[in-house]
Amino acid sequence: MIPLIQKETVESHSWISDADILDIVAMAEATPGPIAINCATFVGYKVAGFWGSLCATLGVVLPSFTIISILAFFLEPFKTLKVVSYAFVGIRAGVMVLIVQAILKMQKSCERNWINTLILLGAFVCVAFLDLSVILILLVSAACGILYQALCAKRITKREGEK
Amino acid sequence: MIFWQLFFTFFRIGLFTIGGGYAMIPMIEDEVVRQSWLTHTQLVDFIAVAESTPGPFAVNTATYVGMTTGANAGGSILSGLLGAFLATLGVVLPSFLIILLVAKCFTSFQENRLVKGALYGMHPAVVGLIMAAALSLAKGNLYSSFSFASLSAFFSSFHPLPIVIFLTVLAISFWKKKLHPVKLILLSAVLGILCCGIQDLLLQ
Repeated sequence: MIPLIQKETVESHSWISDADILDIVAMAEATPGPIAINCATFVGYKVAGFWGSLCATLGVVLPSFTIISILAFFLEPFKTLKVVSYAFVGIRAGVMVLIVQAILKMQKSCERNWINTLILLGAFVCVAFLDLSVILILLVSAACGILYQALCAKRITKREGEK
Repeated sequence: MIFWQLFFTFFRIGLFTIGGGYAMIPMIEDEVVRQSWLTHTQLVDFIAVAESTPGPFAVNTATYVGMTTGANAGGSILSGLLGAFLATLGVVLPSFLIILLVAKCFTSFQENRLVKGALYGMHPAVVGLIMAAALSLAKGNLYSSFSFASLSAFFSSFHPLPIVIFLTVLAISFWKKKLHPVKLILLSAVLGILCCGIQDLLLQ
């Protein structure tokens, strides 16, 4: 999706510069919500203020909304066909592969240290075996991240002070 | 009221989805399956549909769940459309408001020390959460509830056909690293038809 955004906003319309697009994507990943929506709202706002952001967001949502609204009526009746139900036995296994791929990819982008491993395993156990709320776990792990980063920063300034 | 429930559920999902795509699955599993708007199997099927259609995963899911739940509750296409509209509005609104705020007030939001720290903690948590969601999504598709009574009881809780397809596709995805998700889904569909067809022939 990001190459497409870059092509349309930078090359076709020159609404923003090439350097800005990297900042915008970084910001879209750091704020809650789907990345596509975040990018659209931000670019829209920078180009034409509030109404720009509204139009850009509407524009990115509308195709999905239309396609899925139509599809929703055909999916369930379609599944009662024998061939389709057989295909879905395979597709369900395939989706599990996609999820495994996503887990491996995301896990690689995390730094490897004790705090990350602890948070990862803690989150897994809390949801899989203790059935705790996902929101609660996200909030607690955000707090852990802030504490850990603060401790690291403190340690660095202390070390520099000793020198 | 089901329509407000749809709106607020997807508002929460939009507010707590950090990062793109599959980071949303644990939230959907927690909120949507718990309210029994979708079963685990329907959610897995829908992930395949969302992968094969254009548009952000979050919007696709909100529209689909809103449409089916609204249509079931009101019994008409119009109530389905209202449900789809409210769920989609709900999932988009937190992003929209937060980005407006960030664009107006912060020049380099992602450089902020608190934001950096929070993201540092949440990234590994999201991986753990998706792992947990994957385990419960696999239940019913790849295995039924485990029994540890005996070795044979333990092994019979796995569903042999889906497991074989899962392992085959997994091996292929490691071999061909850049296989497109849609091709992967098509391949597993073909394997599903083949395996179930052969099973039918053998049982006849």
